[in-house]
Amino acid sequence: MATLVFFYFAGVIVLTSLLVVALRNPIYSALSLLIMFFHVAGLYVTLRAEFLAAVQIIVYAGAILVLYLFVVMLLNVKREERYHQQFPIGAFLGLTILTEVLLLAYHRSSANEPALPLSQAARTMSNGQSVATGVAPAVGNTETIGEVLYSTYLFPFEVASLILLVAMIGAIILAKRDLFGEGKS
Amino acid sequence: MFNFILFTFAFLLRVANMVPLSYYVILSAIVFITGVVGVLIRRNIIIILLSIELMLNATNINFVAFSSYFQNVVGQVFVFFALTVAAAEVAVGLAIIIALYRSKSSINVDEFQLLKW
Repeated sequence: MATLVFFYFAGVIVLTSLLVVALRNPIYSALSLLIMFFHVAGLYVTLRAEFLAAVQIIVYAGAILVLYLFVVMLLNVKREERYHQQFPIGAFLGLTILTEVLLLAYHRSSANEPALPLSQAARTMSNGQSVATGVAPAVGNTETIGEVLYSTYLFPFEVASLILLVAMIGAIILAKRDLFGEGKS
Repeated sequence: MFNFILFTFAFLLRVANMVPLSYYVILSAIVFITGVVGVLIRRNIIIILLSIELMLNATNINFVAFSSYFQNVVGQVFVFFALTVAAAEVAVGLAIIIALYRSKSSINVDEFQLLKW
């Protein structure tokens, strides 16, 4: 059952990510990326990361993709030739890495490994150690993330807000046509 | 509605999740390679940014799978930060695309050869 759900999500993710690269129209590419984001969120739910699934849908599908669609429709590009002239090199590189990964996976799958949640013994062992920060208790996903984020990772959190501020100012300066009134356009 | 179905699924899966970790790693590797190939072979600069989004999502899948594997929530915190950086990257990248389109009225990367030689 769980494997079936995983293969559904994985199949749709791989298919839509191939469509993003292969489709000619940028709007269709963006929409297939939207489908991929939703299925990645579903994969997060099966991995017990409900908070991240919600954030994935809200931020990626709700904000980032809408921004993309705005720009695609704003620029209103005519269809151009699809692939770069270095297409053979890129395809060769991609095929090489892909065969490498598949060979690695094939070799790895001969050795047995535990299924995704660790066994109960291993979990209690990691609980017994002193690295208590971030070991997920039974409270819930969002509470645990909040506690870790606002205690251990407080400084990176503030830096992230600074990054967003800088990106906002940079986007305004880059996209505004006549910021200081110098140009005569 | 869709979310509700997903959450009931998650509740069922909580009993027995038997998918090995290597499947998630292979999935994220395939998505990442798709993103790399997309950056290399496409000419439309918007598609190139979308391929970068694909790569970021592949790393996020990896982070969440390992976080679930080790029963450690720090991986999800890092996905949170990666998401913030992705949002910033999209804002700045799309602003750059608009500025480029104003100067050349094209979004084909072959047109932007100013720094080549």
